[in-house]
Amino acid sequence: MTVTEKDIRHVAKLAKLEIPDDEIKKFTEQMDKIIEMVEQLSELDTENVPVMTHGMETYSVMREDKAIPGTDREKLFENVKTEKDGLIKVPAIMDNSEGDA
Amino acid sequence: MNFETVIGLEVHVELKTDSKMFSPSPAHFGAEPNTNTNVVDWGYPGVLPTINKGAVEFGIRAALALNCEISQDTKFDRKNYFYPDNPKAYQISQFDQPVGHDGWIEVEVEGKKKKIRIERVHLEEDAGKNTHGTDGYSYVDLNRQGTPLIEIVSEADMRSPEEAYAYLEAIKQIIQYAGVSDVKMEEGSMRCDANISIRPFGQEEFGTKTELKNLNSFNFVRRGLAFEEKRQEKVLLAGGVIQQETRRYDESTGETILMRVKEGSSDYRYFPEPDLPNLYIEDEWVKRVRESIPEMPKERRVRYAGDFGLTEYDAAQLTATKEMSDFFEETLEQGADAKQAANWLMGEVSAYLNSEKLELHDTKLTPQNLAGMIKLIADGTISSKIAKKVFRELIQNGGDATDVVESNGWVQLSDPAKLLPIINDILDNNAQSIEDYKNGKDRAIGFLVGQIMKATKGQANPGIVNKLLNQELSKR
Repeated sequence: MTVTEKDIRHVAKLAKLEIPDDEIKKFTEQMDKIIEMVEQLSELDTENVPVMTHGMETYSVMREDKAIPGTDREKLFENVKTEKDGLIKVPAIMDNSEGDA
Repeated sequence: MNFETVIGLEVHVELKTDSKMFSPSPAHFGAEPNTNTNVVDWGYPGVLPTINKGAVEFGIRAALALNCEISQDTKFDRKNYFYPDNPKAYQISQFDQPVGHDGWIEVEVEGKKKKIRIERVHLEEDAGKNTHGTDGYSYVDLNRQGTPLIEIVSEADMRSPEEAYAYLEAIKQIIQYAGVSDVKMEEGSMRCDANISIRPFGQEEFGTKTELKNLNSFNFVRRGLAFEEKRQEKVLLAGGVIQQETRRYDESTGETILMRVKEGSSDYRYFPEPDLPNLYIEDEWVKRVRESIPEMPKERRVRYAGDFGLTEYDAAQLTATKEMSDFFEETLEQGADAKQAANWLMGEVSAYLNSEKLELHDTKLTPQNLAGMIKLIADGTISSKIAKKVFRELIQNGGDATDVVESNGWVQLSDPAKLLPIINDILDNNAQSIEDYKNGKDRAIGFLVGQIMKATKGQANPGIVNKLLNQELSKR
């Protein structure tokens, strides 16, 4: 087994998923099978094969730097649950990860 | 045991583009909250990012100014994290093919020059801004979400908080000269995180590092690092170990406080941004950008010292900002003497700007009128004393130096035919001073000159007054 229960708990935490303890074992087994399947790829000899990052061999095009006014705030705020003075009101999150930009 | 400090800095710089990095909404500072956003910034389902050519060009410009190599085949990557300042739950950044890499800059600390290597310069997008209320809620403004940034990552080449300070000053100057950002720490258009570790002298391997955040000024960077190097030393000398952690600088105490134990880099689960194919940067484009970069402060300083005989200190003062340096050069182009122009800009002009809290472009002073005034001093039309009055007029109200002098009747009196009657009149009324002078009291001369200047409202040419006064005194 390459995937451990600890890995699953860690990934679940990063993805903000709550997985009940009794399901951890099940997911661990399933993920392990998935990883095992994907790992078959590493049997291939990829020496001298360039790294592929996208499915299509194409390059990006760029947009000229010209601003278009923002979307009407009222409209965007139709999807905001709580607001105050034009700001989106959210429960305070104090893990202090801001500034990781 | 003696320790050596090892510092590396990550500097974020907001690029002053018109639109955002991956969406066309405005990237302007200071708008009403949440008005400069669109569905791309909000991460609505089905939206796609588009690359801002202006931001890429600024990235190339900055990277070239920092002596970096440009990656021809560059790509964007997703950095995953959950936080309400970024509704997409990921930031588009560059992981392993940054736009610029392997650069360097030169810094100077206590007269010693040192090269600091730059590992990489990469493009990314900024996050929105959170304000934490005291009511248990945070308030989010997404205007900043998507603003183009470059992150400049140094190698761990700095060995003291002072070197880190000098590095930041140099980076700020270079970026400002490159014209890609306002680089203002106080407005958040330049931000810095610092990595610091210590190791016993002579040891090659780095110690465990801590990362400092909330460093909102160059001074805080210096003080935070100085505190941290002492703290780490104490821990190690007491037999403890340094934890890899993130610490926050507290402005009020000057101390660093534990924020969290560091997540590993893999926790961001970087992967190639599926919505953006790689970006190919044409050589021709890089060449054009390279040619458009203005001369950097370091080269200007060398030229000012060599061509104009300015001291290194003066040259450094004049090149502190591009605006000042450009102004100086244009003043010379208008025919002013370099030494004089330098003295005025570093003296009266800088003092005025400091006391009024203004920048040059906020004033009415121009290279033309400053040069005009300097020429009037040089040809004796005005005295340097009167020049101060002319200067105030020019910087506050503008206009042409000659016009200002003429309309105020400030032309210097140099004509002996006009000065002699005034001088003799003063002498006639100050018999005691003549007596004192004959008795060898040199102070009497000063008094008489003062009287003459008073009588001419300070407009008499002091050199000519002195000459004529001596000549008249000897006749009596």
